[in-house]
Amino acid sequence: MNKQFLDARRLLCPMPVIRVQDKIKTMIPGGQLEVVCTDPGVMQDIPAWCRINGHQILSASSDVGEFTINIIVGD
Amino acid sequence: MTKQRKAVSLISGGLDSMLATKAVMEQGVHVEGINFFTGFCVEGHTHAIRKKDKAKPKRNNSLWVAEQLGIKLHIVDVIEEYKNVLINPKHGYGANLNPCLDCKVFMVQKAQQWIQENDFDFIITGEVIGQRPMSQRKDTMPVIARESGANERLLRPLCAKNLPETLPEKEGWVNREELYDFSGRTRKPQMALAEKYGFTDYAQPAGGCCFLTDKSYSNKLVDLWTARGKKEYELDDVMLLKVGRHLRPQPHFKMIIAREEGENNFLQGYKNIFRTMTTVSHPGPLVLIDGVLSEEDSLLAAKITARYSQGREAEQVEVKMMQQGEEKQFLVKPLLSTEIPKEWHV
Repeated sequence: MNKQFLDARRLLCPMPVIRVQDKIKTMIPGGQLEVVCTDPGVMQDIPAWCRINGHQILSASSDVGEFTINIIVGD
Repeated sequence: MTKQRKAVSLISGGLDSMLATKAVMEQGVHVEGINFFTGFCVEGHTHAIRKKDKAKPKRNNSLWVAEQLGIKLHIVDVIEEYKNVLINPKHGYGANLNPCLDCKVFMVQKAQQWIQENDFDFIITGEVIGQRPMSQRKDTMPVIARESGANERLLRPLCAKNLPETLPEKEGWVNREELYDFSGRTRKPQMALAEKYGFTDYAQPAGGCCFLTDKSYSNKLVDLWTARGKKEYELDDVMLLKVGRHLRPQPHFKMIIAREEGENNFLQGYKNIFRTMTTVSHPGPLVLIDGVLSEEDSLLAAKITARYSQGREAEQVEVKMMQQGEEKQFLVKPLLSTEIPKEWHV
């Protein structure tokens, strides 16, 4: 699977959401995006944005102040 | 077959845009939301920074509203373009540095571009005549429609019956009779409509959702421009004005003093950009210093840093100054509170 990475560390919401949105625009359905952030707000905001825009959250985890979210791009 | 009409709705995250969107969706129009991020939005950044806010449930209200309505939301970064709106507002500022009328013109203009690029038919806003002193008056609402270029494609469902017919009404894309005639600052009609739609949870921002309506924030921005001798800013400036205690002991330097742990952590991210001060002998805040300091200024800054540490009553406090990897130590007596004039507080 075509997996892409996005570094959204040090950005505060909603900037990580905007970066994810802009990145996903360049990807094809079924592609996977892994985004790493430092603002804990992303754990709410990125899944919410994905739900309303038809993308799927594969996993969301946190480790030492970093939050990693894997997204499958929807149609 | 009738063409499916499509509208984009400016979603702020508040109740009015939520209701306006719902009113049009109820008429069978396909609606998507759009939200513009200027950098001055109250939610988001500030909640992420301050530790005391971390206990509150965090949510982005525009995303939440979109999810409640079951619509897509497009969040657009307009930070760069917004600078010209704030720095050169054609219609001037409100009570503080809020260029509300120019801001609304700008956002509707951006929405107009968006509908053209995405083949949508019209724009929805949650504006209500008489609700805001600058941008939502009977005489300024036509200005927004005209100067944005949206003209008749701008529909305000909550007060449409108080305004001339727009294209969506004339063309029968929406039924004017099913729109509303709200006016003034009362919130009762909105609350009744929210109840009708079954909305029980919605954001009620006090004083708006923009930092530029805040007097204290506006004062800090004016101070920044005055010190730089020009009206310019970057996103980092916008964010730093939201954080910490700001003191300007001299016209040529300012101190940003963390007030709590969350702010301390946030300011850590700027250690490599600014000169910093911290207390070594006692627990204390991280302090960023913006400007150029003489030896005498550094000593004064160290005394102020010590004042805001837990060593404020001590005879001597050790303060460390760092700049680009270079370290300098000071042994100082903290200033007394009476030695910090009110005028230093920005």
